[in-house]
Amino acid sequence: MTDIPWLVLMIAVPAVGAAVVAALPRARDLLAKQVTLGVSLLVLLLAVLATVAFDPDGDRFQLTTSVSWIPDFGAEFALGADGIALVMLLLIGVLVPLVVTASWHEADASPRPPRVFFAWLLLLEAMMVGVFAATDILLFYVFFEAMLVPMYFLIGSFGGPRRQYAAVKFFVYSLVGGLIMLAAVIGLYVVSTSQLGEGTFAFDALRQLDIDPDVQKLLFLGFFIAFAIKAPLVPFHTWLPDSGAEAPIGGSVLLVGVLDKVGTFGFLRYCLPLFPDASRFFAPFVLVLAVAGILYAALLAMGQSDMKRLVSYTSISHFGFIALGIFAFTTEAATGAVLYMVNHGIATGLLFLVVGMLIARGGSRQIGDYGGVAATAPKLAGAFLIAGLASLALPGTNSFVSEFLVLIGSFPERPVFTILATLGIILAALYVLLMYQRTMHGPPRGMPLADVHGGDPTPEADPARGGASAATATVTAPAPVRDGSRFADLSRRELAVVAPLIALIIGLGVYPQPLLELIEPAVVATLGDMGVSGGTDR
Amino acid sequence: MIETPDLSWAALAPMLFVFVAASVGVLVEAFAPRDARHPAQVGLALAGTVGAFVATLFLAGTPDEVTAVGALAVDGPALFLQAMIAGFGALSVLLFAERSLDPARSAFVVSAAVPAGSPRDRELTTVPRVQTEVYPLALFAIGGMMLFVAANDLLVMFVALEVLSLPLYLLSGMARRRRLLSQEAAVKYFLLGAFASAFFLYGLALVYGATGSVRLSVVREAVTADGGGVLLVLGLGLLIVGLLFKASVAPFHSWTPDVYQGAPTPVTAFMAACTKVAAFGAILRLLYVAFGAAEWTWRPLIYAAAIASMVVGAVLGLTQTDLKRMLAYSSVAHAGFLLTGVIGLGAGGEGSGLSATMFYLLTYGLTTLGAFAVLTLVRDGDGEASHLSQWAGLAARSPLTAAVMTLFMLALAGIPLTAGFTGKFAVFRAAIEEGAWPLVLVALLASAVAAFFYLRVIVLMYFSEPVAGGPTVGVPGLPTTLVLAVTATATLALGILPGAVLDLAEQAAIFVG
Repeated sequence: MTDIPWLVLMIAVPAVGAAVVAALPRARDLLAKQVTLGVSLLVLLLAVLATVAFDPDGDRFQLTTSVSWIPDFGAEFALGADGIALVMLLLIGVLVPLVVTASWHEADASPRPPRVFFAWLLLLEAMMVGVFAATDILLFYVFFEAMLVPMYFLIGSFGGPRRQYAAVKFFVYSLVGGLIMLAAVIGLYVVSTSQLGEGTFAFDALRQLDIDPDVQKLLFLGFFIAFAIKAPLVPFHTWLPDSGAEAPIGGSVLLVGVLDKVGTFGFLRYCLPLFPDASRFFAPFVLVLAVAGILYAALLAMGQSDMKRLVSYTSISHFGFIALGIFAFTTEAATGAVLYMVNHGIATGLLFLVVGMLIARGGSRQIGDYGGVAATAPKLAGAFLIAGLASLALPGTNSFVSEFLVLIGSFPERPVFTILATLGIILAALYVLLMYQRTMHGPPRGMPLADVHGGDPTPEADPARGGASAATATVTAPAPVRDGSRFADLSRRELAVVAPLIALIIGLGVYPQPLLELIEPAVVATLGDMGVSGGTDR
Repeated sequence: MIETPDLSWAALAPMLFVFVAASVGVLVEAFAPRDARHPAQVGLALAGTVGAFVATLFLAGTPDEVTAVGALAVDGPALFLQAMIAGFGALSVLLFAERSLDPARSAFVVSAAVPAGSPRDRELTTVPRVQTEVYPLALFAIGGMMLFVAANDLLVMFVALEVLSLPLYLLSGMARRRRLLSQEAAVKYFLLGAFASAFFLYGLALVYGATGSVRLSVVREAVTADGGGVLLVLGLGLLIVGLLFKASVAPFHSWTPDVYQGAPTPVTAFMAACTKVAAFGAILRLLYVAFGAAEWTWRPLIYAAAIASMVVGAVLGLTQTDLKRMLAYSSVAHAGFLLTGVIGLGAGGEGSGLSATMFYLLTYGLTTLGAFAVLTLVRDGDGEASHLSQWAGLAARSPLTAAVMTLFMLALAGIPLTAGFTGKFAVFRAAIEEGAWPLVLVALLASAVAAFFYLRVIVLMYFSEPVAGGPTVGVPGLPTTLVLAVTATATLALGILPGAVLDLAEQAAIFVG
C-alpha cells in the first residue's frame, strides 16, 4: 500500500477534475456539479486510504514522494505527511464534498456560469492538499501563494455585494505576507548554502541547520508575519471579516476552516523547528497577540449584526487559542492546538454552513432580520444550536477536548496568559447564545424567500421589499419574493450536509483518541526539534 | 597593403541573417510590385529572425570567440541574449503582420509622410493598403540589438546603439490611428534618445581618454591597474546613463509612458521585449567585463537606480488609467527588478546574477509581449480600447481573452506557477547571496504594490459588470493567435517546470573577454 503515491494523487485528482469541470460545455452545469462531487468524494477516499497506510509510530514523514523539480534552485517536488499534516488532509477531504453539496444551488443565481465556481473549488482543494503535504519549503511557498488565486476568484466572482473590495483586500494582505516570507525563504536557502555547502529547501535538511540567533530572529519574523496574516492574529486580522462575510458560503467554510489553518500549521511546522531560539525569544509577544486576539475578537463578535462577520470574528478568537497552544511549548498544549485546528474546521464549518442555509431562506445576513425561526424550522435550529455549542466548546462536543488540552497544557508554563484566555470561553458563550437566541427564538420575524425547496431562492423581482437594512444586506442578486409563508426546514440535501458534521462533533467529542494518536507523535517530534522533551501523561 | 580583418563568419551568422534580410527588404520595397510586397516582407522578416534564432542554437556550445579584430565577443551570454532578441523579434513581426483585427487591415499608417488630419490622410485611413517599410526597419533594429549585446568594444556598442535606436524612433511614429499621439511619441523618443546617445558618446570619450582604448578588455586592465581614476569613473557614469535610458530605468524613464502609449501596439510590444533585452545585455557586458574589477564604481549607482526604478514604476503605475501606460510603468518597475539581478554578481564573477538576469529578461519579455498582444484584440470604433474602464466585464464577453490576460497579469505580478515568479525568485536569490538584503526588501515591497494594479485589471475583467457600448474583442488571425499561444504556453511552462531553461541560462552565463 505504501508504494502508491497517495499525496500526489490527492493533488492530481482534484486538479484534473478542475480542468475537466472547466472544460464542460455551458449547458452541462448539472454534470459539472456531479463530477465535482464525485471528484471530491474520491479525494476523501484517498485521504482515508492514506491514513490507513500511515503508521503513527513509524517515521515522522511518511507517504513521501520526491522528484527533482528545479535543480538550479535545489528545489524538489517533495511531498510527505506527518500526523499533523495528515489530519488536516482528512479535514480537507471531509469538508470539500460537504461544501460542494451545500453550494449545489448557490452559484445558480450568479450571472457567472456555476461550473466555473466548482472548477475553482476543485483547484483550491488541490492547492490546499499541496500546501499541507509539501516538505520542500519552496514548494510549500508556491502552493501557499498559488492557493490565493482560486480563492480570489471565488470571492470576487461569486461573493456578496462588496466582493470586489473583499477579494482585493484578501489577495493583497496575503500577498504582502507571502512576499515577506519569500525573503525569509531565500534567506534560509542562503544559510543552508553556507552551512551545508549546497543550497536546499528540503525541510529535513533545513531543520538540522544551526542558525545564528540574530539571523534566526529575522527569518522567524519573515515566516511569522506571513502566518500571522494567514491565521490571522490580531492586529493582522482585518481582512478576514470582510472576506469571510463576502465570500460565498462554501468559500467561507474553506477559507476559515482550512486556508487559515495554514497559518497555525506554519507556526508549528516551520517557525518552531527551524528557529527554536527565536521562537523562545518571541513567544511572549506572540502570546500577548494570541490572548489579545481571543478577547478582542470575542468582544467584536458580540457587537456584530451581520452573522457571517460574527462567525468570522469568532474564528479569529479561536485562532488565538490555537496560537496559545502552539507557543506554550508543551506537548499537551500543542497536541490540543492541532486537534483544535481540526475541530474548529468542523465546528465553525458547520456554523457557517447553517448560517448560509438561514441566509439562503431569509435573504439577509443581519441578525435583526430573523426571529423565532426555531418554531417553524426545528431541524435547522437544532443544527444551529449544535454548531454553536461546539463553537463555545461545551463538554461533549469535539471542541471541548481540544480547548481543554490547550488550556491545561499551557497553564504550567504560562499561567497568566492561560487564565486570561479562559475568559474567552465566557465571551464565546455570550456571542454564540445571543445570536442563537435572537434568530431562533422570540417572536417570529423576517420573511422567508418564496422558494421553500430547501433554501434555493428563485430570483424574481419584488418591489415590496424595500426596507433599508434588508435591501443593503441582500445576498442573492435580485430583490427576493416574500410570500408570507414560513421558513422551510432543512431539505434532504441540507440534512446530508449537516448530519456528517454533527456526527463528527459528537463522535470526536466523546472519542478523540484516534486523532490524538495520529497527532501526538508528530507534535513530540516537532517540539523535539526545539529541544522540548516529549513526555506526556495524557 | 591593407590586411583583411579576421572574421569568423560562423560566429556572425545570427547577425548576418538579420542584416541580409533587412537589406533585401529595402530592395523589395524599392523594386517589388505593391501587391507582392506584404507577403514578401513578412516572409523575409520571419526568415531573417527565425534563421538568426536557429543559428544561435547551432552556435550554442561552441567555444567562445572574440572576432572582428576583437570588436565582437560571441560568448554564452551574447548567444543567449541574441537568441532571445531574435525569438522576440520573430514574435513581434508576427504581431506586425496581423491583418484581420483592424478594419483597415493594419496597425500602421499607409503613408507616414502625409500630415495627420489632412484630406489626403482622411482618404488614406479607409484604404486597405498596408505599409511594408516597417519590416526592414524592424529588422535593422533587431540586427542592431543583436550587435549591441555582442559588442566587445565601446565604439561598436555605440554604433549598434544608433542602429537599433533610429528605426525605433521611426516605428513609434507610424500608428494608423491617433496619429498625432504617435508622432508626438516619436519626437519625444527621438529627442530624449539623442540626448542619451550624447551622454553615451561623452562617456566613451572620457573612458578613451583615461585608458587609451575603447576595447572592453583593455578598459578592464586599466581599471584593475589603477583602480579607476576620476576620468574613468566619470566616463562610466555617463555610459551607464546612456544605457539606463534605453532600459527605461528611473530616473531616465520619462519617455517610456508616452512612447509606449503613442506607438502602435505591436511596436510597443517589440520595444518592451527586445529593447529591454538588448539594453540589459549591454549593461551586463559593460559592468561585468569592463568594470567587473572595480565594483565600487558602479554598485552604488545601480543600487540607487534599482530602488528608484522599482518605487517609481510601482507607485506611478497605480495611478494610471490607460493600460498601455500602466504596462509602461510596469516596465519601469521590472527594469528595477532586473537591476536587482545585476547587483547579484560577485566581485570575482561568481554568483548567479548574470544567469538570473538573463532568465528574468526571458520571462519578462514573454509575458509583456503576450500582454500587449492581448491589448491589440480589444477594440472599439477608434482603434484599440486601452482605457481601463473599457475593460470592465470583459470576461463575460470573451472568457478566453480574459483568461489569457489574467495569466499574463499574474505572471507580471510574480505569482507562483507562472514564469514571473521563477524570474523574480532567481534575481532575488542572486541579490541576497551577495548580501543585498535591503534592496530585496524594497523589491518585495514594490512587488506587492505593483501586484495591486495588475490585480485591478483582473478585477475589472471578472468582477465588474460589463459597460454598455463597451469594446468588442476581435477574432485574431493566425499570427496573433500564434504569438498568444507561444507566450502563454511559455509563461506557464517556465512557471511550473523551469529547470531546463534555468540550466541553459546557467551554462551560458560566462563572459569572454
